[in-house]
Parts: sequence; C-alpha cells; structure tokens
Amino acid sequence: MALPLSSKITIIFSIFTILSTRFVSCNNGRRLNNDPLEAEFNSFSVPLEHSFEVDDVANFEVRGALVLKAGREPSVSLAQQQLSEYDRAKLKEVAAVDGLYRIRVPRVLLQADRQTERLMDGHLTAFVRACAMVESHLSDVITLHTDVAGHLIGVSIVTIPGACRGSEVEDEVDLEAFNTTLSIMAPVNAPGPETALFLERMELETEKKGKNPQEQKSFFAKYWYLILGGAIFLMVSNSAQPPAGGEREQS
Amino acid sequence: MAKLIFLWLKCLVSCCIVEAVFEDQVGKFDWRQQYVGKIRFSHFDSHVQSSKKVLMATEKNVFAALNTRTGELFWRHVDKTGPEGNIDAFLLHGQDALLVVGNGRLLRSWDISVGGLNWEVVLDSGSFQSACLIGQQDTVKHVAVLKKTVISVHYLSNGHQKWIENLPESENIDYQALYSGGNGEVYVLGIVPHSHIAIVVYSMEDGEIIKQTSVEAPWLSNIQTSCAVVGQGMITCVDSLTMSLYTLDMHTQSKMTQIPLQSLGLEVTPHFHPVLVSHQPNAAHQPLSEFLLQLGPEHHLLLQLNSGQMVVLRDFKPALLASFATAGEKTVTAVMSPKNKTACSLSLFNAETGRRLLDTTQFLSIDPNVGKPESIYVQAFLKKDDSVSYRVLVQTEDHTLTFIHLPGRVMWTREEALSEVVTMEMVELPLTGTQAELEGEFGKKADGLLSMVLKRLSSQLILLQAWVSHLWKLFYDARKPRSQVKNEISIENLSRDEFNLQKMMVMVTASGKLYCLTVVKILSLLNFPSPSKLFGIDSKTGSILWKQYLNNVPSNAAFKLMVQRTTAHFPHPPQCTLLIKDKDTGLATLHVFNPIFGKKSHITPPALTQPILQSLMLPLMDQDYAKVLLLIDDQYKVTAFPSSKNVLQQLQETASFIFFYLMDSSQGRLSGYRLRMDLSTEQIWEVIIPTEIQKVVTVKGKRSNEHVHSQGRVMGDRSVLYKYLNPNLLAVVTESTDVHQERSFIGILLIDGVTGRIIHEAVQRKAKGPVHVVHSENWVVYEYWSTKSRRNEFSVIELYEGMELYNSTVFSSLDRPHAPHVLQQSYIFPSAISAMEATLTEKGITSRHLLIGLPSGGILSLPKMFLDPRRPEIVSEQSREENLIPYAPELLIRTEWFINYNQSVSRVRGIHTAPSGLESTCLVVAYGLDIYQTRVYPSKQFDVLKDDYDYMLISSVLFALFFATMISKRLAEVKLLNRAWR
Repeated sequence: MALPLSSKITIIFSIFTILSTRFVSCNNGRRLNNDPLEAEFNSFSVPLEHSFEVDDVANFEVRGALVLKAGREPSVSLAQQQLSEYDRAKLKEVAAVDGLYRIRVPRVLLQADRQTERLMDGHLTAFVRACAMVESHLSDVITLHTDVAGHLIGVSIVTIPGACRGSEVEDEVDLEAFNTTLSIMAPVNAPGPETALFLERMELETEKKGKNPQEQKSFFAKYWYLILGGAIFLMVSNSAQPPAGGEREQS
Repeated sequence: MAKLIFLWLKCLVSCCIVEAVFEDQVGKFDWRQQYVGKIRFSHFDSHVQSSKKVLMATEKNVFAALNTRTGELFWRHVDKTGPEGNIDAFLLHGQDALLVVGNGRLLRSWDISVGGLNWEVVLDSGSFQSACLIGQQDTVKHVAVLKKTVISVHYLSNGHQKWIENLPESENIDYQALYSGGNGEVYVLGIVPHSHIAIVVYSMEDGEIIKQTSVEAPWLSNIQTSCAVVGQGMITCVDSLTMSLYTLDMHTQSKMTQIPLQSLGLEVTPHFHPVLVSHQPNAAHQPLSEFLLQLGPEHHLLLQLNSGQMVVLRDFKPALLASFATAGEKTVTAVMSPKNKTACSLSLFNAETGRRLLDTTQFLSIDPNVGKPESIYVQAFLKKDDSVSYRVLVQTEDHTLTFIHLPGRVMWTREEALSEVVTMEMVELPLTGTQAELEGEFGKKADGLLSMVLKRLSSQLILLQAWVSHLWKLFYDARKPRSQVKNEISIENLSRDEFNLQKMMVMVTASGKLYCLTVVKILSLLNFPSPSKLFGIDSKTGSILWKQYLNNVPSNAAFKLMVQRTTAHFPHPPQCTLLIKDKDTGLATLHVFNPIFGKKSHITPPALTQPILQSLMLPLMDQDYAKVLLLIDDQYKVTAFPSSKNVLQQLQETASFIFFYLMDSSQGRLSGYRLRMDLSTEQIWEVIIPTEIQKVVTVKGKRSNEHVHSQGRVMGDRSVLYKYLNPNLLAVVTESTDVHQERSFIGILLIDGVTGRIIHEAVQRKAKGPVHVVHSENWVVYEYWSTKSRRNEFSVIELYEGMELYNSTVFSSLDRPHAPHVLQQSYIFPSAISAMEATLTEKGITSRHLLIGLPSGGILSLPKMFLDPRRPEIVSEQSREENLIPYAPELLIRTEWFINYNQSVSRVRGIHTAPSGLESTCLVVAYGLDIYQTRVYPSKQFDVLKDDYDYMLISSVLFALFFATMISKRLAEVKLLNRAWR
C-alpha cells in the first residue's frame, strides 16, 4: 500500500507543479505583453435589454451584454442567453396580438477615458414587431450608430425576413437562441466636390490636344482656304462695285 | 475631342429645357407684386406743387417712392436686412432725401425725382442718436448728425464734412437731441437721468462751443420721449408723475418753469405716457409755437406757448390720431376721431387758432378686417382759392396703407402685410354650379331607379340650359367691342378652369393677416407681429379676393396652414385650418375657415388647453370628407379634429398604424410614438443626438401630396435600378456647435420616421450653415457653406434599393430589412441661395427641377439631372446610353434658367410649388419682400398643343387622305370589275 500511496502523492504533486507552472507562465505572459490589458481597459460592457409585454407597457429585462471596444475603429460584440421557456411563450403571445418587441441600450460615450464619463443618462430604444421576431426565428440585425465624437446616438433593429406572414413556428427549435448580426456604424464622411480629378482629366485632355498633330498646325496652315476665299471675294466685290455705283450716279 | 464635345452637346440638347419666355409671353402666365413693408418715416414730396410722390422709409429697410395717384412704386431701394441696413433717420429737404443708415454708419443723400444716389459718406463709429437739418439765413445747406460722443456737420450738396467735434463729458451725459432754429447755432441736448439737462451750443461756422449750460430736471429720464422744442427755442417737456408741463427758454433761462396740467384743466390717463409733438415746417425757421399733446389713447390737445403763456387752443376728445401738415405758409392739424365701430371722421383745424376748417371733414369706414388706424400722414395743399385741402395716408395695425382723398374717397390701398408671408397653401377653385350639379349626382346615395333617372335628366337639362346661356353670352359679347369685355374676377364667378391652372393662394403673414389671391390667382394669408391677418389671393392675377385680420395673435406665433377639405367634395365647403402656436408657451389655437370666401367656419375647433407639441394631418376622412387633424399635447395625449364618432371609430381601427415623431431640439431628442386605441400614445423609439457636439437645425420629411411615377431608373444595360421610396423618411440636418472653421461640420441623418432606424448618417466636414434642404422622391439635396474652400456647395444623396425590389406592391417601414444603397456627390455652386424648393406635378411623370431663390432676386430652375450622384467621372458607353451628364464639379448658372427673367424678387424667403391639372405644369409662388407667381414646365409642355398649332393643315391633310382613300377604293373596285370581265 505504501507504494501506491507514495505514487499518489507524486501524482498529486506533479499536478500541482503543472498547475503552478501554468500559473507562472500566465503571470509571465501578463508581464511581457501589455496589449491585452489595454484592450480590456478600452472595452467595456453595457446591458442590452428587451421588453415584450402583452399589454405593451415597456418592462425591460436584460437580454445580453454588449461589449463595446473603443478606438479608431470601434467594434462591438454581444453575449446573450437563450430565451427561457416562459419568455418564449410570452413572445409568441405578444406576436399573436401584434405587440412590439423593443430593445434598448444605455447612452454611452465610446471615446471617454474614464468609466464614469462613459455612461450618460437615458436610453436609446428601438422596436420591431414581435411577430416578425418570431417568424424570423429570432434572427435579427442590430445596428448601433455613433456620432462624430463617439456618442451612441441611436440603435436600430430589423429582422430578416421582416414580414409577418402568420407562419407556424415551433418554439423549442426556433425560438431558443438569438441569431444576431451586430454592427456599429460611425458617420460617413460626405464627399466634397471632386475638383482634383476633374482638373486632372482636363489637363489630360489638353495634353492630348497638344499632341494631336492636326491641332499643332499654324494658323495659316489651318485656315488657308478661308483666307484665300475671303481674299478672292474681296477682290471680286471691289472690282464689281465701282462701275455699278457709277452707273447709278449717271442715271 | 470633337466627338466628346459633340456628345456633350447632344446630351445637353436632349435633356435640357430652355426655360426662357418669349417677349410676348411676359406677364401672361406670371405676375409680381412689390411691397415695401411697414412705414417708419414718411414724407410727401412738397418740392413741386403738383408732385405725386410720397416717400417712405420702412421697417423692412426699404426706401421707396410711391405714386399717390395709383399707389404704384416709382422706385424702391432695398437695403441689407437686419440692423446693418436699418434706417435710423429720414430728412427731406427739397429734392434731397437724407437717410442715416445702419445705426449711424452711413449718411446718404438721394435725389427723389429719379431715385438716384447723390452721395454717400461713411460716418465715424458710434451709436446714432439724432439728426437734423441746419438752416442759416433762410437757406438750409447743412445736416448735423449726433452720435453718442461726437457731433458732425456735413454739406448737403456733397456730403463733405464741415466739422466734427467731441461732445463734452460724453461719458456722463447722454446726448439725445439736436435742434437748430435757423440762426447759425446748433443746440445739442443731453441728459443725466433724474438730475439735469445739459445744453451745448455750437457755432455753425467752425464748431466752436458758444455756450454750455445745465438745467436742473430731476424728474426727467429721457428727452426724446418727453420733450420737444417749441417756438423760439423753448424746450417743452411733459412729465406724467408730477402731472406738469415744463418749459425752458434755451437762450435766456437757466431754470425750468413748471406749469401743472391741472392749472390748464387737464388730466393724464393713468398708465399713459404723454407725448409731445412739435412742428418745424422749414429747417431754416423756428418751430411753430403750437404743439400737440397726447394725454391718453384717445385724447389729443392743441396747445400754444406764447411768451411763456400756455394756452389750450383746442381739446380733441375723442381723437385717435393727430398730425401737423403744412401747405405753403399755412399749417394745419389733421385729427382723426372715432365715429362708431366701423367709421371715423377726419378733419382739419387751423393750427394757429384751433378752428375747424370748412369743408374738410370726411368720413372713412373702418373695415373690421384691417384693424385700427395706427398712424396718419397728411398731404395738405392749397387750392386755387387759397383754401387748404388735403389727402391722407393711413396706416392701420395690419400694415395696410390706404390713401384717401376728400371727400372720403379711397384712392388706393396697399397690403404691405404681404411683404411678410410666413406660410401659404394653394387651394383649388370650386366647380361651377353646373359642374357641381353633375358631381353632386355621384355623391348622393342611390335611392331608386326612377329618381336616379329623373335626377340625371334634370341635371342634363340644367347643363343644356347653361350651355345655351353660355352661347348667348358669347354671341352677345362678340357684338361688343373687345375692350369693353372685361374679365373681372370676383368671388361670384370664381370657378375652376379647364386645366386647373387657376388656384387660390391662402397666405398667412407675420402680421396675422390671411389673404386670398387665385393661379391665374392667389389666396394669401398674411400675418403681422402681433395682430394677425389672413389673405386670399387669386393666382392668375394676384388680386386679393378676401382678407381677414386675426386679432389676439401672440407676437412670436408660429403658423401652420393645412387644407382639411379641398373643393372636390361638393356640397361640403372647402375647409382650411390655421394652427397658431405661441412659441414660448406652446399654447395653440385653431382658426378654421373657408379658403375660397375667407369666411370663418361655423365648426367650433376643439379648445386646446395644453401646449401643443406636434400636429399631423391624416389621410383619414370623416363622413364629411374632412381630413383628420391630430394634435399632440405635452401630456402626449392626442386631440382629433374633427372629432366625430365616425372619426374616433376610424382612429381606433387604425391606431396601431398611426405613428408620429417629436423633435426636441434643445435636448437633441428625436422620439417616435404610436397611437393607442384610447388616443393616448406610447413611445416606441428614441434617438438622442448630444447637443454638446451638434444641434439639430432642420427636420424635413417628404410632401404628402407628392407622387412618384417610376419606381426605378433604367440603366445602360437595360436593367433597372430601383429607387428607395420610403414615404416616412426624415432628413435631419445638424450643425456643429464648434464654429472653428477647421472643426465645424454639418451632419445629415436619414431616419425612418416610423421605426426610428437610422438609414444613413453622414458628416460634411469643414462646412457650416445656413443649410437649405429639399427632400423628395429618393433624394435629398442640401446646400451649405464650405469653410475650407469658402464657397457654396450643393450635395445630393440618392437612395436605391438595388437591382431587385424587396416588396414591389407596398412599402412598409416595418418590413424593409435591407438598408438602401446610398450614393452621394457634391458640386460647387457659384452663388449663395436664399430659398430652395423642388417642382411638383400631378402624377410625377415630368422630370424634376430645383427652384432656387438667389439673393440677387433671380429664381433659378435647375434641372435635378445636374444633381445626380450617378454622373460619371469617366464617360462610358453605358452612362451615355443612360443620358448621364459627365461629372463637372461646378454647377453653372445659365441665364435662360431664370424663370423670372427681369422680374427680380427681393429677399426671397420661401418658394411654394403646387401641381396643376396639366402634368407638364407646376405652379410656383416665390415670396419674400415681393410676391412672384409663375408656371414652370420642367419637361416642356409635352401635353399641350402649341398656340400656333396648324389645325387647318392637319384637318385638310386628314380630309385629303380620307377622300383619296375613297377615290382609290372606288378605282380599285372598277379595276377589279374590269379584270373580271376580261
């Protein structure tokens, strides 16, 4: 028995050693690389809440947590639970009376340095018809909109497909997990007048014109026939007119 | 290259429309009315005996001369808006009119005979106090301008400065008035409030101070409002607290003499500030020793101050207004006294004796629709027998000018309220009796076959009768000479024309007046700062058909005019509703009226006790075909108007489809609500735009009466690009709070008004407002100022669904999951703009133009085709196929695009477009200081035969062809027969 006992000890010990080494290596990792820490500092989570009631009085409950990452290119991810049995039933009920499925997120400022500055009072809300939510099997597209300074200004939700056709839905299979597509959108820079490109094109054209041998001909070379014609016309008219005038005078 | 140019030309020729009018078309489809605004100063031209001019400087910074015979403008000069162009003083001397403009910035002299500028000088800085003409030895050669700290004297002939002097102790003494008695001295009167009056006397020659005195006056706070110089340099002041008149001889005395009003047997109306008016007919002479004193709203007195003795010459009670006027050597006082509620009398009194002049009394009726008289300007003149006669210009509370000639004959009236149109609508004219009769047949419920047949027969008979009488009239008219046939427009013969080109324009003016004109007329509704007036104008001629003056309109009211029922629902009268909302308290009232006749409707609008946040017109109609107006108050409760059972039932049925939005720009909160069955509301979405960064300046939806004919655009490869036609889309424009030119920006958000979904969000960097936006079909056009390039730029956003339509039958904001494709392009525009609107036609087939009001007075019709984000930078075969114009960064202004040729419209504030019965034609009204109405044909008149269409040719060709066929048929038959015989 002694042997097995000692071996047990060794096994335990070795596990402990492995654990401790892992712990150490973890520690090392943190010390060596600061990026994950910063990333964690920059990202923060806010609750995504939803509400669907038969009497349409908003009663928001947590649906999941939005993890927002600030930075030049803000990103967002969502961790959310499955719908409970009770909620599934309720959602179907709300869908039956054509109620609304609402979501809301707190107003936040993405670019703030401190956690306290991030949260602002008030919520941003949006809705979709509950029946659309049910019939799309909880597949929704949520978009968060920010302004130029990184304030969250609006949230929108649509389901795909968006229509309510009254098709049957099996709640066990279809209404369990959300299938959410999430994105965050900053304002687009509107284009100004495209003068540079236009000028470039104009220059190219003038250059082309310059290269064209026809255009390079001298003035006389280009219009010799007009000048010749004009000269002949002048000569003819000069020689013809005096007698005519003279006759008139005589008469 | 040649090919390219050729293509360009082809492109332009094929797509552009030449908008120019022919010379003989001028004034045929358009009219313009020019206004001046409310009078601030007015003088009659007395230089020439037979002069027909009245000169006026107005609150609108306009200096104009009117013809007193017709009321038309001789000439008009429109200065800058705001305090920069503000006319501070207006002095008239002979041919020269002197104006101090922009708080004493400029001194101008105008030649009143032609309206030309004689000279203009820039004055030293300092706020303007007073100005007066200075005479010396019976001639007036100088003008003095008093400012806060300096006094300057200028020559009348060329404006050169004669001298300028600093005022002594100007930091303590508030110099307010100037006086010159024609003896080569200039008196400057200053005051230390509740202490003393300071009098400084300057020598006219060199600006040397001759005398400086100060007189105790502890009761006086303002010279301009309480004092006047009377007679031989007597300062006369009135004080309501001590109930006294005070006099002071500036030459000799050093203490004011108190004359209690009680000693004259007079009393001041409580809470009334008494006013003194003196009269100086000629700047080279002393003022008259008679003056007017107003002691109450309806109490005037003519007093005389003779060697320190105050005499009451005449007590006018009741008297609304009193004014001096001079004709030759005689000075008279015109007094207007109320007679009864609808009339008042006007008389002349000799100013020296206070005796009434014979044959000068006239009675004028006061229209309750114009308000009370506010001021009178009297033109007195001597008749051949040396007696005095007069004409008078009366300005009433609603800014109407009426010129009256003895005996009570109204020579002309001008509705100056129309220079301040705030909102307008165009209403179709009603059908004629016979048309209505036919229409009425369809409106009735079926009640038996026989009665229906009888009804039809009777209406046919009526039609026949009308036709016969029309023929008879034509025949009768044809015998008369053409000049006698008049096309007078009156309320009785108002009826719709064939193509519905004639409409009623209802205009609301800031003075609170509703006017009605028609499109070959306008109904205009005018409104003034505190009183309010509605106008109806005929849009063909621009004649005012009715007007209505709304009393008790708050001074800062916002107006919204809605057409609840058009004329299409005979026998129900058309109905318009004006929502008047106090901007401060949010409390609103409704004014319901018939837009054709201007009569107030007998329907009582709901009493609105709560502040109103939003109003919206539903397409729902009650049993009487009136559209339902919903008003949302600050408790988010909804009031419906009309609120009959039928309406409430309909509302309950459709409540879950009625959405609306509210904008609170102070908090940047844009929120959406849904109506509930019980007419309460619930908030369903919310977007908050932080106000620290940007503030919302405009929220613009689409016009509800807009039709879009084609759902998509055919591309070069024959595929279709479908437009994103969301009727609920809102364009929200924001401006950055940071005004630094590097960091300022303009934000454009496209938000679905039902779901609150942000469809598109863009920022235009280094840009600032004012932003003008037009939102229509699937595009938004906005104009802004680029701070980086210092120029005006246009940007256009177009939305497309793509090559496939999600649901082609119906658009629902709730079911349109895919975001549209957004295309945007920007252009340089070579001018600033003052208003912008898009053309609108009946069915939306005609191509669209943008109507742009320019500060220069032109109205530009810019084809939307030039503002198309799909204009290619590099021309390809496909873009050529599609008729896209190659991209050029600059939008050119072509002179033939001006729809108003030389009829400049001053200070355009808004452009209103309305469809006509012809698809090709859009009716346009531009309003600002002037009103201009015209028609535009964005795709030319494709549905109208030209005037010179050759009917003869076409019919003769038709006949010829017909006979040719007959003959050839006959010939062919004969030939066949012959062949058969053979």
